[in-house]
Amino acid sequence: MEPIQEYEDETSLELPTEPMRLNMGPAHPAMHGTVRMILDLDGETVQNVDVQPGYLHRGFEKSCERGTWAQVYPYVDRLNYVSPMLNNVGFSLAVEKLLGVEVPERCQIYRVILGELARITDHLTCNGAMAMELGAFTPFLWCIKVRDWIWDILEQETGARMTHSFGRIGGMALPPTDKLKESVRNILPQIDKVLGETEATLVRNRIFIDRLQNVGVLPKDVAISMGVTGPMLRASGIDYDVRKAHPYSGYDTYDFEIPIGHDGDTYDRFMVRMEEVRQSCRILEQAVERMPDEGPINIDDPRIILPPKEAVYSTIEATIAHFKIVMEGIKPPVGAVYSYTEGGNGELGYYIVSDGSGTPYRVRCRPPCFINLKAVEDMIRSNMIADIVPIFGSVNMIGGECDR
Amino acid sequence: MSKKVLARLQARFGDKILAAESFCGDEEALVAPTDWLEVAQFLRDDPECAMNHFVDITAADYPEREPALPRFDILVMARSLAKKTRIRVKTRVRDGETLESLTPVWLGANWTEREVYDLYGVTFRNHPDLRRILMYEEFVGHPLRKDYPIEKTQPLIPYRDVGPSKLQPFGVEEGNPFGRIDWLARMAGRNLQVSPAIAVQQGQRPALSVDVEDLAAPHKQLPSRDET
Repeated sequence: MEPIQEYEDETSLELPTEPMRLNMGPAHPAMHGTVRMILDLDGETVQNVDVQPGYLHRGFEKSCERGTWAQVYPYVDRLNYVSPMLNNVGFSLAVEKLLGVEVPERCQIYRVILGELARITDHLTCNGAMAMELGAFTPFLWCIKVRDWIWDILEQETGARMTHSFGRIGGMALPPTDKLKESVRNILPQIDKVLGETEATLVRNRIFIDRLQNVGVLPKDVAISMGVTGPMLRASGIDYDVRKAHPYSGYDTYDFEIPIGHDGDTYDRFMVRMEEVRQSCRILEQAVERMPDEGPINIDDPRIILPPKEAVYSTIEATIAHFKIVMEGIKPPVGAVYSYTEGGNGELGYYIVSDGSGTPYRVRCRPPCFINLKAVEDMIRSNMIADIVPIFGSVNMIGGECDR
Repeated sequence: MSKKVLARLQARFGDKILAAESFCGDEEALVAPTDWLEVAQFLRDDPECAMNHFVDITAADYPEREPALPRFDILVMARSLAKKTRIRVKTRVRDGETLESLTPVWLGANWTEREVYDLYGVTFRNHPDLRRILMYEEFVGHPLRKDYPIEKTQPLIPYRDVGPSKLQPFGVEEGNPFGRIDWLARMAGRNLQVSPAIAVQQGQRPALSVDVEDLAAPHKQLPSRDET
């Protein structure tokens, strides 16, 4: 028998094809629980995608209008719930901007310490989850182990591991414990060790590089026009960090750098987050060094801060002040203000409108990952389905913040 | 630092900038809805302003301003990457009026305008894809408006009927009120405060403590919260 010499040239066959519509639904292990993507697929390649967020929309902005200004903190906690301290601090700063007050220096350093701890947990969770979705299950657990130790510190300070509601307008809920400095100093080498292990496993790994490099490239001009901020923007090569550009809480006195990527692909986003954890550790070292052991945490204004409990039980002035703040709420002046801080995902802004009564009139949270999520549509198009997983993981879409 | 941007806007547009305000470190300009797109394009293209980094588009609802002033405040916030300045431009739109979409100016306007449409009902002309983003398509109404009651639910699958004892509504004296201000009553002209402290202050209801002599007297009738 002769071997078959002629092979059918597949490109000459004209088979009618049409794109397949696939629903990567909200309940999907890689969709971080709350985003639905409707994909038009040509084989494995995504031709078109419709990203549909909103499955975790809980109506925060409306719920904030039903209480007092201090009752907004539990809502604000549950926005970016992997770094809740950053949301707390952001909202405190917004109302303090409207009131025109500044907290004492010890409180600013305390806010920086808790905020950077929260930022480390955010980045570790994002990177660990992204690695896990690519198949590297162990680095995820290493990151979660360290995250748990950080949560232990936060529990020791605030009383809760995740949604602390610890910020207050004009200060914090409680002063720092005695063990804060020691705990933070003990955890810094642990974070370093885990980062080293994770990087040793992943960063030069052939499979990791093949799956992440040149995948999901976000060009600079698209990123800027879309309003992308945070590690996504920095991975595309633009050095915008709210802590450096518009410093708050004394960030201009700390010595740290902003890591910047150069391709804007998923690998760069992963590496930017890794390096940011290192820079956050640097800030923590400096903050713990300079934090005084004594001094006021809250500003000394009875219209804003609740008086100490002993005074409330013994003097009438403190009772009246306490009653007015709790029942009527803090009364910022009439007006509107937009205040911005660096959240885990980028510029977390609060546009708050006050009508002079103790009830907030409008609390708008500018959600960084909602605006970053729009960029995902462009990044996914003309990539394959398997690329959706690391691209989406590198965006760090936190459902609570995206949908509020 | 962003005051230069305000000055530049006023120099270029003159009277079309209806108000320019600097409050608590924020600079805000008020324009009419017809100049919305032009001002945004100027902010992005002018080399002095160079507002290329989009920040946010949002809205706020002031139903009590009507009919003198439009009820919705639409705000766009942008910043300049190079110069680190920020600006906030505001316009006022009535219910039913449309506003030009800013998607040709900044790509980020796409989803933020969809959110304003979804939650407030403000329609944007020439938006490539104006549909609901956070709420589901079958939802009726625009939830962030002040006259949308916060306790209203629109379940796609109706709730089971478990009898009156387990469900709301609570009476005026029962339970915690859902909100401190009853917006539906307020928009009908009766400023009924649900918060007891403010209601007592404004004389809408008697103080909750009862004098010893009144214990024998029949209960005073509290004002009822009727549905309008």
